[in-house]
Amino acid sequence: MNAILLSLIQAVAVLLGITLLAAGLTFAERRLLGFWQDRLGPNRVGWQGTLQIVADMIKIFFKQDWTPPFADKIIFTAAPIIVLTTVVLAFAVIPLGPLAGIMPNLNIGLLFFLGMTSLSVYGVILAGWSSNSKFALLGGMRAAAQTISYEVFMGLAVVGVVMLTGSFNLETIVAAQTRVWFVIPQFFGFLPFLIAGIAEAHRLPFDLPEGENELGAGFHTEYSSMKFGMFFIAEYASIVLISSITVVLYFGGWHGPWLPPAVWFALKIGAFIAFFILLRAALPRPRYDQLMSYGWKLMLPLTIANLAITGALMLGGIE
Amino acid sequence: MFITSAIRTMWLTFLHLFHKTETVQYPEQKPYLAPRYRGRIVLTRDPDGEERCVSCYLCAAVCPCDCISLQRTAAPGQWTPEHFRINFSRCIFCGFCEEACPTSAIQLIPDFEMSEISRQSLVYEKEHLLIAGTGKVPDYNFYRIAGVATAGKPKGAGLNESPPVDPRGLLP
Repeated sequence: MNAILLSLIQAVAVLLGITLLAAGLTFAERRLLGFWQDRLGPNRVGWQGTLQIVADMIKIFFKQDWTPPFADKIIFTAAPIIVLTTVVLAFAVIPLGPLAGIMPNLNIGLLFFLGMTSLSVYGVILAGWSSNSKFALLGGMRAAAQTISYEVFMGLAVVGVVMLTGSFNLETIVAAQTRVWFVIPQFFGFLPFLIAGIAEAHRLPFDLPEGENELGAGFHTEYSSMKFGMFFIAEYASIVLISSITVVLYFGGWHGPWLPPAVWFALKIGAFIAFFILLRAALPRPRYDQLMSYGWKLMLPLTIANLAITGALMLGGIE
Repeated sequence: MFITSAIRTMWLTFLHLFHKTETVQYPEQKPYLAPRYRGRIVLTRDPDGEERCVSCYLCAAVCPCDCISLQRTAAPGQWTPEHFRINFSRCIFCGFCEEACPTSAIQLIPDFEMSEISRQSLVYEKEHLLIAGTGKVPDYNFYRIAGVATAGKPKGAGLNESPPVDPRGLLP
């Protein structure tokens, strides 16, 4: 009974933490983007603009929650729930520190993560379809094509790590990196994984499903108020998710000298989040056919070659 | 190769973290406005302290958004406007009125802080528009230069004005 209560408390704490972190990220992103564009960003509400999150939240809660009369009501409502739920569920398997996290010892942890990220695309497609609007449908279709093609080599890229550790258990994978981080032997697995992760999170430069300047707002064009807010939170939560899974798989999880594990984990995730924001500040969005050709003609062969070389080296007894 | 250029772009963007920001923190920190900035419209006076406006209606005619309304005084010989009204909620601050004005009466000045709660209070009457000084053209006095005869100045006595020619005279 006590154990159940403890894990329940932990789950709620992680859930709240993720949501608050995602909300806080909206502020952090605007501020960082500002600095990278020689601006200041929001700095009026509260100390250095920190209460901007509260202001935005109040605003988004008090907006009219409008369901278009031409939309498919049930699916329209379900889509943002699916997106947010799958992203938050995927956090269950992330080891946040030694013996911390909701279920880090799950023996199919990595598969669970991949499954949840694949499921979240359903939310996006359903949102695009049920909105019954051209822009939203185009955004949903783009999301489908992009996610499916980038998921192929995302799955293949992590196989290198799985081969080296012989386990899908994320805690085992972290434990295997005490000596050397997997980013060094698996650099050409890490690169496609990170790029696929950015594409999964629909972040710039791979935000074609949203594509503000050509599709309005893409799949969430028709959404307002908190339904839009859920997409928004889910996007930032998936940034945190992709950052933390990259850290777990390739950057040694919570391992690091001197500082306590939780601090190391937070630092590494923070660095990746900042990198995601830097990508947004620096890079333009590729054309749709370019996106597809990067995926299928560059990243997929690279991943397969990495996989083959890793396998050959393991057979040869190196590593 | 696009990968190297992408990495270079990201590095250069990252370095902007250490650059000085361009933002002017407005209410505390005022931006620099050039002397010829096109802001609030004023009516100026000539060096003698008289109103410059001669009610020629050119400003009202050139105004693209019809925000200027004025009326010449009915009394003969009086050219100052009876009323002069600018609706700033319509004004687009294009400065055409200033260019059209033959007497440099209407001028745009470097001031944009004129927000109001109600639209009605953006309608400025003549007493709100008139200023005490000469504005951007300090020495200009229309009646000293113009060929018209006014009080204390017969025809031909203006600055740079030659005495009137007798058109019926036969002398060369």
